[in-house]
Amino acid sequence: MALLSRIGRGATDFSVPVDVGGSAPARIEVARLTKRFLTPAGSPFTALRNVTFTVEPGQFCAIVGPTGCGKSTTLGLVSGLDRPSEGSVRVGGREVHGVTKGVSFMFQADALFPWKTVLANVMIGPTLNGTSRKNAVALARDWLRRVGLAGFEDRYPHQLSGGMRKRVAMAAALINAPRILLMDEPFGALDVQTKAIMQTELLALWEQMRPSVLFITHDLDEAVALADRVLVMTSSPGSIKQSFDIDLPRPRGEVQEIRHEARFLELQGQIWASLKDEVQRAYAQTAGAA
Amino acid sequence: MSASNVLLEQAAPVESDAGIKQAARRAKRHRMFRLWTARLGFAVFIIGGWQLCTALKWVDPFFFGQPSKIWDSLMHLFTKGTEFGSIWDDIGVTLKEALYGFFLGTAAGVILGLLLGQNRFLADVLGPYIKVVNAVPRIILGSIFLVAFGLGTFPKVLLAAVLVFFIVFFNAFQGVREVNPNLVANVKVLGASPVQVARHVTIPSALTWIIASLHTAFGFAIIGALVGEVLGSQRGMGLVITQAQNKFDPNTVFAGMAIMAVITLVAEYLITMLEKRVLAWRPPSHSESAGG
Repeated sequence: MALLSRIGRGATDFSVPVDVGGSAPARIEVARLTKRFLTPAGSPFTALRNVTFTVEPGQFCAIVGPTGCGKSTTLGLVSGLDRPSEGSVRVGGREVHGVTKGVSFMFQADALFPWKTVLANVMIGPTLNGTSRKNAVALARDWLRRVGLAGFEDRYPHQLSGGMRKRVAMAAALINAPRILLMDEPFGALDVQTKAIMQTELLALWEQMRPSVLFITHDLDEAVALADRVLVMTSSPGSIKQSFDIDLPRPRGEVQEIRHEARFLELQGQIWASLKDEVQRAYAQTAGAA
Repeated sequence: MSASNVLLEQAAPVESDAGIKQAARRAKRHRMFRLWTARLGFAVFIIGGWQLCTALKWVDPFFFGQPSKIWDSLMHLFTKGTEFGSIWDDIGVTLKEALYGFFLGTAAGVILGLLLGQNRFLADVLGPYIKVVNAVPRIILGSIFLVAFGLGTFPKVLLAAVLVFFIVFFNAFQGVREVNPNLVANVKVLGASPVQVARHVTIPSALTWIIASLHTAFGFAIIGALVGEVLGSQRGMGLVITQAQNKFDPNTVFAGMAIMAVITLVAEYLITMLEKRVLAWRPPSHSESAGG
């Protein structure tokens, strides 16, 4: 435990309130990562096999793959919430043991505290790393203004729309100026229009702060529109099948408009050709199992 | 309202805002009037029927009491007191026992529930024992407490606390188990210590369950105190009721029941107020809004 906290402090000093963009984005190096576990029925299951990839500092990397290919497992391993069976994860040059410092997580399901107000929800990050209440409140107010929710500080999550809740979650994830942002289908449950708006807002915020992003989705359009690089995973057991560099110029602006550009469609077509086989194989696997 | 009526209303010119509000108010007033008429009617039917049946001797008032006589007994209890002194002293004794038991049982239940809910190993070790003790008819423990601790307040407090404990414990335990794992993962990634996880996630999350259990728990605290007094005591409503029973006076038994029911209702109201304050964040549920 003592060793862990020393490593954490060595990387970034989190006892000081971090200024926006104050912590440098970190490189994520995933090497020969394998994850096996026992299913509830008692049979061993390989979720990931020999996964290797690197996310450069400040890069926006999306992972697409068929359902159940171990995308979420990968995120769990990078965050340090889960341990690999074999292989290693290095963040900012240091091997991950226990929870990685300077990481924020955003889930598909709401991870807001229903019993906290919007302001208190956004404040949780600074509060946990020991920022004084006054500074945390000021920081949270600033972030709520940035995501366009000034005036909603005292509402409770159930009083907000789905898109507004996502904005709160985004502010809560970015307020600590993370080195790494892990996103697990964050917009998966939104309707199409709200999703496009949230994607555009996420891009705008990310372009200001530039943390390294690992973004999981099964929406190929979303992956191409947002990311610098798209990794395609194979069906279970998951491994990296192919990597595509997305050379669409930044800033990308409105996500809905990029979708009609020729280069977007070309890239999207290439990636879909690679993904299609895996999706079909995953479907055959589940159909066979059922 | 029939379908043709609805159609007619739609065809009519658009109502003003004030008109809509007024119509809604009128509909609500009408509903409340009907509701209270029905409620009052129900009470008149039950109590009036009881009075009638006993007055006509269809049912023997010697065994089943009579509402008018129960009222007389109530008046007698409050004006003349019991044979031991003022009725208020007896109410005070029972209430004190119930409240001490309630707080003791709740505290123990919350602490143990949170502890076992978060510690799988401890829960597995103690789980079977808790099941066994829960299966024991705990009201019988009252006899043992009485023998061990005498006729004073303490054995009643203990019995009430034992009854309250299990209700609160199981709810607190379940509340911890129902915590959203995403919330826990989220604060852990942000660097929360186990204490911070408990403070920011587990305890607030379990609070919904704990407070819901307090409604039932207070009723059980009263039962614990009363049963303790019935088993043996020198003061308290339980004693007033047993004395009346020994004198074949069902009216005073019913009067004692009514007094305790009123006290429980007041406590229930206070707990509901607390619930509204602490759980202000909850979205209004249909069942609550329907309750009015």
